[in-house]
Amino acid sequence: MENFNLNLFFAILFQLAQLLVVVLLAPLLTGWVNQCQAWLQNRSGAGVLQPYRVLRKLFHKDAVMAHNASWLFRVTPYIVFGCMWLAAAIIPIIAVDLPFSQAADVIALVGVFALARVFIALAAMDIGTSFGTLGARREMLVSFLAEPALLMVLFTASMISHSTQLPRIVESLAYHQFVLYPSLAFAALAFLIVLLAENARIPVDNPSTHLELTMIHEAMILEYSARHLALIEWASSLKLLAYISIGVALFFPYGIVEAGNWAGLPLAVVWLLLKLLVAGAGLAVLETVTAKMRIFRAPEFLGTAFLLAVLGLLIHFLLGA
Amino acid sequence: MPIKHPNLKLNRMTDAVPAWSGDIAPDDLYAICQQVREGGGRLVALWGSDARIEKNCFMLHVTLMTESGLICLNVKLSAVQPVYPDISRIFPAANRMQRAAYDMLGLYAQEGHDHRKWLRHASWHSGSFPLRKDFDGSSHLNAPHPNPLPPAGEGANVHSPAENGIQTLDDYAFVQVEGQGVHEIPVGPVHAGIIEPGHFRFSIIGERVLRLEERLGYVHKGTEKRFESMSLQQGAKLVGRVSGDSTVAYAWAYAMAAESIANIAPTKRALWLRALLLERERVANHLGDLGYLGNDVALAFGFAQFWILKEQVLRNNAKLFGHRYLMDKIVPGGGSANISAEGKRIIEEECAMLQREVSILRGIYDEHAGLQDRFISTGTVTPKLADQLGLCGLAGRASAQAWDARVQFPCAPYDKLDVRMATYRNGDVAARAIVRFDELFESLRLQREILANMIYEEGEPTPLEKLPANGFGIGMVEGWRGEVMVAIHTDGEGKLARVHPHDPSWQNWPLLEHAIIDNIVPDFPLINKSFNLSYSGQDL
Repeated sequence: MENFNLNLFFAILFQLAQLLVVVLLAPLLTGWVNQCQAWLQNRSGAGVLQPYRVLRKLFHKDAVMAHNASWLFRVTPYIVFGCMWLAAAIIPIIAVDLPFSQAADVIALVGVFALARVFIALAAMDIGTSFGTLGARREMLVSFLAEPALLMVLFTASMISHSTQLPRIVESLAYHQFVLYPSLAFAALAFLIVLLAENARIPVDNPSTHLELTMIHEAMILEYSARHLALIEWASSLKLLAYISIGVALFFPYGIVEAGNWAGLPLAVVWLLLKLLVAGAGLAVLETVTAKMRIFRAPEFLGTAFLLAVLGLLIHFLLGA
Repeated sequence: MPIKHPNLKLNRMTDAVPAWSGDIAPDDLYAICQQVREGGGRLVALWGSDARIEKNCFMLHVTLMTESGLICLNVKLSAVQPVYPDISRIFPAANRMQRAAYDMLGLYAQEGHDHRKWLRHASWHSGSFPLRKDFDGSSHLNAPHPNPLPPAGEGANVHSPAENGIQTLDDYAFVQVEGQGVHEIPVGPVHAGIIEPGHFRFSIIGERVLRLEERLGYVHKGTEKRFESMSLQQGAKLVGRVSGDSTVAYAWAYAMAAESIANIAPTKRALWLRALLLERERVANHLGDLGYLGNDVALAFGFAQFWILKEQVLRNNAKLFGHRYLMDKIVPGGGSANISAEGKRIIEEECAMLQREVSILRGIYDEHAGLQDRFISTGTVTPKLADQLGLCGLAGRASAQAWDARVQFPCAPYDKLDVRMATYRNGDVAARAIVRFDELFESLRLQREILANMIYEEGEPTPLEKLPANGFGIGMVEGWRGEVMVAIHTDGEGKLARVHPHDPSWQNWPLLEHAIIDNIVPDFPLINKSFNLSYSGQDL
């Protein structure tokens, strides 16, 4: 009994550590991606710490609110931030078997992302500006195509590990005998496309654009300022981190320790940093060599993701691999 | 002689470009314009002037372009009731110029279908006309603010229009599109990025644009009125600031107009230098625009690369001529720029570098599937439409409108350079990018040619200080955007009575409204950038 309590205590410590690490690390990941892009484009860039400076600046400003903003507009940044933080907490990033991860499986995880999206889209329409509505409309166009593709990807992984719990999936992929899964290769490609679309990256959206007529995500948050904007920006960083972590958990689940394994923790952190460095640099390369597609090409693009994910699933059924 | 008409007597002007002027009565204006249009001619500019002191009349000036040269029609209008026949049915581009002529001088186009204000927002009374000589600008400085903010908690219309005689709100009747599911997006004049102010009213259904209407004039700054109190050399500085990206073209056109009135020719070396500066301006702007086009399809790589090259050109400008954008380097009578053997070497090296780098970048743009997918068939202006509406300059050449003042009316030194015109038929964003690339390479060739032929040793030119009385001269230069025209009228003492700088954007802005039709909303910034028209140059 005493032993069990100690284990739980350690697991909770690990959980708290992960919560802190992701929330502090997320802006660094965004900064790293931006810095890589700057290097690839022959610019010197603002440095990897720039997102922290932006957050500090935004938190020090006074918030400006439209006169007709309702409670929905006010609470949305907190809900969005909370959702993303929660998502990042239940994904096995440093350790599996975290207490929170029992609370939700991958389907619930998709639901958490959807919740944040619904709120941000409603808040965008709440103000009544044409850009907010425009952005919300486009966001829905992109996301209703991205979500099924994401679910298909997750199902493929669930089939292999016979569980929809992310820790179980990671365990079965990481700790069992090494097998090549062709179905996962298709799922990985599909996931990459979904990651780009869901995180408002090129070629679907452009996170650094100032052209209000072409924006998707940025158009929805045009009316936000100061701390609200800071929370949304921070949430975007958390979302990117969460997505990359899901990708890593599904397709490269190595270097993750079990909760309570203190000896393995330093190595796990090093692995995490390494994975994020590589993923961030890869994202920067991808974004540098592609142009943004016309918005009506996005359905084709995401349709491809869905197709690939279904192919992965079929291969799993046919080959059992 | 470009045209013949019984009531028109044309006099050849002493101009660097072939130009004729003639006085006509308002009744003959329509027929002459029609004759020019039928002969394939175009409208260059339309402006008015107040000649009530000297001749007891208002004047309307219309510059037309035919294949053999420019025709400047001076139409004498009544001092009491200045009206003239509407010519926007012949030249649709005249519409906004006529409305501006009313806003500034009260010259009214009879039977016109569109009499909405253009340059006048809510800043001055509807019944007062700033360019009239009896207009007292100072009285308006003390007038109440035209758009007072309503005190909190009270009604919005606290200040009734009658209270200070100025409308409290800028009411402008946009054309409404009606139908199921049609809605409007108002964009600007304040934009999310740092660009010039302009208001765009989109009527859309879903993402598809049914109609776009522009509302400009937000950068109206009284430039034309300001000229009236300036000396010739001060005016040269101001004209270089009408549209900063075309400062060389404006300064040259102004100098050309002044030299035409004074009937003098600047030194040969000054002319060669002007051409060199003009081509450098063209290169810098085309590089910048090609970068912007990449940026607007989120290819930040292209943006960074082209802007590195543009920066190189600007820095060399600063080093060789003392100004990054080459302002104030051309003055009437000559120019204040000079070039040494060292400068010649720097420019030659820069040309070689640009030739090499831009060739590589062009290859990347050409082969980038994502970029070409965005460029091709976006924002198409067909050659037929371009001809009908008078699209000019670079955008015109991308829609098969083969007009280039350097080719058709080559003033010195272009008459010795044999400029090759770049044209393309497709009229889409891709075509405008191609024309930019072609013109960029041609400009590099011209720069080398100019450096090889230039006369280096020659006495300093004497700047022109004073113009003859009651003179009228025009200058036209092919800037990077299109033909820039400057007209100068002098009064009885030889002072500047009226200076009218004309930007090619006047002609091309309306075409943007057509180019966007049936495209989707997110493509507008790209289409807009492919034209890259001046706000400041037309808002004056």
